[in-house]
Amino acid sequence: MLQLLFGLFFAQSVYLYSVKMKDAEDRSVIQTRQLTIGYSQRGNMNVLFENLNLQLRSGELTCFMGRNGIGKSTLIRTFLGVQKPLSGDVGYIEPPALGNRSPIHARQVAVVLTDRITAVNMNVYELVSFGRYPYLGWDAKLTSVDHAIVQRSIDHVQIQHLVTQKIYELSDGQLQMVMIARALAQDTPIILLDEPTAHLDLNNRLEIMNLLRKLAHTMHKAILVATHELDLALQTADVVWLAGNNRSILTGIPEDLVLNGAFDEVFQFKGFDLRTGKLHHEAHHSASIKLVGKSHAYLWTKNALERSGFSIADEGDAHAITIVVEGTQSKWVLDNDLHFDTISALLIHLKKHQPPQGN
Amino acid sequence: MAKDTMEMVAHKRWIVLPPLLVLLFVINLSLGSVEIPFGEIISILVGKPGSNPVWSDIVWDFRMTKALTCILAGSALSIGGLQMQTLFRNALAGPDVMGLSSGASLAVSLVFMSQAFGFGSFSTPQPWAVAGAASLGCSIVFLIIVVISQRLQDNTSLLIVGLMIGAATSSLVSVLQFLSKAEEQQSFLLWTFGSLGRLNWVEIRVLAVILLVGGLIGLFSTKSLNAWLLGNNYAESLGVNLSRARFLIIVSTCILTGGVTAFCGPIAFVGLAVPHLTRLLIRTNNHRVLIPSVIFAGGSLMLFCDTIAQLPGSTYVLPINAITAMIGAPVVIWIILRAKRVFI
Repeated sequence: MLQLLFGLFFAQSVYLYSVKMKDAEDRSVIQTRQLTIGYSQRGNMNVLFENLNLQLRSGELTCFMGRNGIGKSTLIRTFLGVQKPLSGDVGYIEPPALGNRSPIHARQVAVVLTDRITAVNMNVYELVSFGRYPYLGWDAKLTSVDHAIVQRSIDHVQIQHLVTQKIYELSDGQLQMVMIARALAQDTPIILLDEPTAHLDLNNRLEIMNLLRKLAHTMHKAILVATHELDLALQTADVVWLAGNNRSILTGIPEDLVLNGAFDEVFQFKGFDLRTGKLHHEAHHSASIKLVGKSHAYLWTKNALERSGFSIADEGDAHAITIVVEGTQSKWVLDNDLHFDTISALLIHLKKHQPPQGN
Repeated sequence: MAKDTMEMVAHKRWIVLPPLLVLLFVINLSLGSVEIPFGEIISILVGKPGSNPVWSDIVWDFRMTKALTCILAGSALSIGGLQMQTLFRNALAGPDVMGLSSGASLAVSLVFMSQAFGFGSFSTPQPWAVAGAASLGCSIVFLIIVVISQRLQDNTSLLIVGLMIGAATSSLVSVLQFLSKAEEQQSFLLWTFGSLGRLNWVEIRVLAVILLVGGLIGLFSTKSLNAWLLGNNYAESLGVNLSRARFLIIVSTCILTGGVTAFCGPIAFVGLAVPHLTRLLIRTNNHRVLIPSVIFAGGSLMLFCDTIAQLPGSTYVLPINAITAMIGAPVVIWIILRAKRVFI
């Protein structure tokens, strides 16, 4: 009996697992087929990407990375349907909603572009409601359903406090949130964003990326963000598309691309080791130091010591530094003898008593 | 909350415009070179036989036609100006930015000056001939613009082409003027001053139908005009067919401007100023509100300027073009100084 129950449970979980797998395969909203994009002017072909076979999946935040000018915006314009591919096709998977006069792409893809909004004499609510335009008639009259969707989009992005503000009163970060709400109001399975974090400060950049990831996961949107901000992408992306040097795009989860060296190849880092996430420091002091401590204080102390040219070893031959944490305060004890309140004081002492190699 | 209500009030400000139009309409009817008591005007308007039959003729056949022409011309030019400012995202664009008036001027100056070369079929050109020539001139420029607009993707290029066409036609007009006699020059000059009082009831009906067609096309473009506020790329991403929308907007503006220019001459300033004044009053970019508002505001401004132009109590009538800018420019400057900022 027990065995039977267990067997049933097992069968059930296998079934669930297979459903999940099937879902994962079916979540593609874009499946490009031998897509080649670029510009063709008077017979001159400027090919940016060649024979792309990419999958954009819903429920995932995909970061599209590459150096400036490699063709990120062009791929976005191609997905948006405003630029024709040179060959191949974009391959939207989801069937478009029926009974509408607007072109298909307006109900498939919403965008946040780098274009400046010059019509600043409107308020946030009006700007967000532009997202409903593919569904409106010639007179642009919003129905109660449209109003509900606009309100829902505003709620999702949590900009309720801004709705009556004029566009010219917004900060860059706020405007970007409003533009994301506008894209949500368009009610499309796909949202494309071109450098949404450019010109923003660190807090706003994090807020935008976290919001996008949340929207991808909770609303099952396929979100593609073109960005060149490596740090943000590594921490938030579910999938990275990496524009390579030979008109191709590498795809994978960020960690895999870090470990297999794809990032290094594309970005050609100078003195930065992506695997450790650190700049490479040349140790120029002969002595190594033993460092004892925990968590953040340990990491930052190590960082400071390495930056100053000391190497850290388990069995340091010159000094031993112990980090003592008391409440929120840290103290640094050198060779069980000298006490320092700041890393700065510690470094000054070490440099004075440990002249660099060659001196 | 206070801000919220302020915003609502600003959006609702358009309701002052229809009563303003009615008020100015009545004032315009009651003032003129002949003094008619206000009570008489009201009774003539409601259809009672007035105490003086001449007054009835004056009110119906002179003042009423002129006031209606004011409303038609003012609103048509204002819609045209609004459309051009939105399409080109340029505060300096007016209904005439495509060079339509220049085309009309060229055709009209040809009519006036053809006599100088001996192939004038009439000693003084008939009003219909002038209107016909003006429409023809507008239409030719319009066709050139439409053909070019299909070839150019970029609105700014189109704007520059429009200005160039205007400049080229104006220079042809200058050459013609240089070659013509003083009297012909004067009749042409009088035409360029613009005139709202020349139309009879038949002509008003024709003009009204023309402007209705142009206005309806403009109204039909409400959604694309709004989408254009976000720029070409966003508009296209929202499913707006850019080239078709642009074609309709240009057709609408050309019909509106061409119609007015054909019947009233090249009337300047109103089409440029009214959209700005309206946006400053109502503080919105939404063409659902703006289009009806500029219709009322344009009619009102035109009626106001015409009331001043006819110099109540005197027999002089000043050229309307001189008055629109003379009255309008200081008003616009004052409002901009108060608002500190102009929006498109």
